[in-house]
Amino acid sequence: MNIIIIGCGKVGKKLVEQLGAEEEHNITVVDSRYPLVQEITAEFDAMGVVGNAMTVDTLTEAGVQEADIVIAVTGSDEQNMLACLMAKKLGNCGAIARVREPEYNRAAHLLKEDLGISMVINPELAAASEIARVLRFPSAIKIDTFAKGRVEILKFRISENSVLDGMRVSNIVARLECDVLVCGVERENEAFIPDGSFVLQSGDLISIVSSIRNAALFFKKIGFKTHRVKDTIIVGGGNMAYYLAHQLLDTGIHVKIIEQNQKRCDELCQLLPKATIVCGDGTDNRLLLEEGLETAESIVSLMNIDEENILLSLYAQSKTKGKIVTKINRIAYGDVITRLDLDTTVYPKNITADYIVRFVRAKKNSIGSNIETMHLILEDKAEALEFRICENSPVANITIDKLKLKKNILIACISRGQKVIIPRGRDTLLPGDTVIVVTLKAGFQDISDILE
Amino acid sequence: MNYKMIAYLLGWVLKIEAVTMALPLICAILYGEQRMVGVFVSCIIICLFTGLFFSFRRPSRRSFYAKEGFVTVGLSWIAISLFGALPFVFSGFVPNFVDALFETISGFTTTGSSILTDVEALPKSLLFWRSFTHWIGGMGVLVFLVAIIPSSGGGNMHLIRAESPGPAVSKLVPKVRSTAAILYKIYIFLTLVQIGLLLAGGMPVFDAITMTFGTAGTGGFGVLNASAANYSPYCQWVITVFMLIFGVDFSLYYLLLLRRGKDVLKSAELRTYILLVITAIGFITWNCIGMYKTFGETLRHGAFQVASIITTTGFATTNFDIWPVFSKTILVLLMFVGACAGSTGGGIKVSRVLILMKSIVKEIKTAAHPRNTMKITMNGRIVAHETVRAVNVYMASYLLIFALSLLIISLDNFDFTTNFTSVAATINNVGPGLAAVGPTRNFFDFSALSKLVLSFNMLVGRLEIFPILILFSPSTWKK
Repeated sequence: MNIIIIGCGKVGKKLVEQLGAEEEHNITVVDSRYPLVQEITAEFDAMGVVGNAMTVDTLTEAGVQEADIVIAVTGSDEQNMLACLMAKKLGNCGAIARVREPEYNRAAHLLKEDLGISMVINPELAAASEIARVLRFPSAIKIDTFAKGRVEILKFRISENSVLDGMRVSNIVARLECDVLVCGVERENEAFIPDGSFVLQSGDLISIVSSIRNAALFFKKIGFKTHRVKDTIIVGGGNMAYYLAHQLLDTGIHVKIIEQNQKRCDELCQLLPKATIVCGDGTDNRLLLEEGLETAESIVSLMNIDEENILLSLYAQSKTKGKIVTKINRIAYGDVITRLDLDTTVYPKNITADYIVRFVRAKKNSIGSNIETMHLILEDKAEALEFRICENSPVANITIDKLKLKKNILIACISRGQKVIIPRGRDTLLPGDTVIVVTLKAGFQDISDILE
Repeated sequence: MNYKMIAYLLGWVLKIEAVTMALPLICAILYGEQRMVGVFVSCIIICLFTGLFFSFRRPSRRSFYAKEGFVTVGLSWIAISLFGALPFVFSGFVPNFVDALFETISGFTTTGSSILTDVEALPKSLLFWRSFTHWIGGMGVLVFLVAIIPSSGGGNMHLIRAESPGPAVSKLVPKVRSTAAILYKIYIFLTLVQIGLLLAGGMPVFDAITMTFGTAGTGGFGVLNASAANYSPYCQWVITVFMLIFGVDFSLYYLLLLRRGKDVLKSAELRTYILLVITAIGFITWNCIGMYKTFGETLRHGAFQVASIITTTGFATTNFDIWPVFSKTILVLLMFVGACAGSTGGGIKVSRVLILMKSIVKEIKTAAHPRNTMKITMNGRIVAHETVRAVNVYMASYLLIFALSLLIISLDNFDFTTNFTSVAATINNVGPGLAAVGPTRNFFDFSALSKLVLSFNMLVGRLEIFPILILFSPSTWKK
């Protein structure tokens, strides 16, 4: 595929590395700064264009007419959005914009639906979601998100003496009174898409589909609640802390934010009335102890300087047994940091790149189809695909039990506007919905492929 | 430095050379030159086994940076020249290895200077190999290598950049491999068209193919002692036009394929090139009126010689050494200008000359208005400071090498015109010079030392100095 990457910063470079070097796409990079373009084209097999990416000339020179995807990851939200809009009008391509400002991010829906930008990525938000997921279910092995993050597929192991041991899949909803769907089971290196009569055993790795709220409920009911953190201390009060606190408070986790800047503290107080905001230096260990570092179930370091975050986490490790999450900006020293054994580390720049790469991969599988997202699940043995239902789709407006589906296919979830529906036989797919289909067979291009 | 990777690529280059020698082998079989069949078979075996030895295993460490790129290109060209000289030596027609090396380097670097006094005495297959080296060297061996071997990361661009002529080498499409493939496709297409047109003009098949190799690579080895003088006016015109075509930046042909003809016409380098050609033809034709029977013939000879010299090909249809001094001076000046960047031609390159001229204008304006923040532009874009700097350094090194070479070969005690034009003809990859190295004469009489110096100049000229100079820098080889 032909991909244009606008912005040659750290994320841009990471993307060139992943998409160009590892996945062999044709990459053209655009930036107004000559040395940065020079650096990337010298290191990777990519074409460079120096110029303002918001102009028709530069975009044309970069080959926007032939491009399949345009990815704008410059430091400026406005430039990214404008460049994407221009690219969209000039060529027939998917457009991905990095938009970080929370104010703009609230309009992400509008950007996507009305302005035609295929994907709006907010690195801080994405990283915050990742951290929130880890804090919510530290015992979940893998979490994939769909429908703009409203739906998750969570994978975990059924422990011995679990209520799930020996339970039939069809009984889960009734017995646990919880709207989740088991969409995959791995047992002794084999992957199954279970039907209602499938009996779960302890030791199985199961993947469930659910909305975020229901997942929490489900985990509570199966006795995983001890693993969920009750409170967290966030050190550093930037945008990411705001997003994280917001998400954690929504799921009922108590949040304490330590931020040095008085003005920012006041802002956070207004934005997050339920959180405790402490004004002070997060690297001051006496302050941390005073604020309950030793008893906190989790601590998240989100300061701007990597070194401070790492030091803080190392210090916290010596004082508490709680979950520790460290944000790291610089990608380059990843393996050195891994050796420090810092518990969970989160790289916002990697997450951004991963999101985009995933999108590109889905797009690659979806040339001429309508796949929205794609995740490989069950140890890459199955695909979870998110389709959008169009007006005259053969599956629309028919109740699911009347659809003649192929074998080993599961309609796992429907998202309709803001609503998430775990489908049962009586539900209907409507045009405009997105639907998650789990399949053991790869290569589906369109929702109609699931029919016999 | 990643020696293993360099050795691996060198091995590949030699394997490619072995394959290219298959063509003269076929030629030897077709013409029944049994002796030459043996010669080429043994050369192919030597190249193939040396190549296989070096490229047997792909090195695990792939790190490949600009330095490795330069060194690989420099060494590859030396290697292909050393092995390419073997057929001349083995056949016994050029028994002296230095002479054979001179002839081969002259071939690969598309210079066309020869040490042979009687070309027609050589067997056809050897002549074929001699002309074919032009064709291979014209677009470049490593460009070909990059086009055929699977991508080994970003390092490939360093190879193309080090081998391709011009101040700022850029890609046509995002992938190096596709870029290299496109260049070769254009090259092969134009070559085939020219062969077809020459055959249509009644030229013998062997001559049409070899003359086309000489034209395409802007080399200049002919297969007749009289170079191109004995061919029909039609064929001479075809060669004239194709020499000029091969002297144009190949990326412009790619733009034509993309139907972006307007952008092609906007190219400042192309416009200057055409302007230079027309002006030079005009002056020379005017200056030489009366030397030939008709105006048409004067124009034809003028046009052929101008095209031959500015594209640094070096064919001749007439002995321009007997032309008036004004015309000869024009030709010598054109030797230095050379063809366009990104073509198969040599010389300083029109775009570099343009950048230098613009630098002069800029300096003058800055002297008059010290706070003036003027930038040098080409085709409406600012030329990067690094490019301007590289052009200046290129010129300085060029002049230095020129001066030193001139000094060394003056030991042979030829007249100044001979010395000056022989250095100019080799460092610019032209071929013939004036006086004792004029179009009807050759480089045989120079001493071995001078021949080596001139061979060095040819490599320096073809690879644009730095890939060769870096081999002599101690810091390159330090750990």
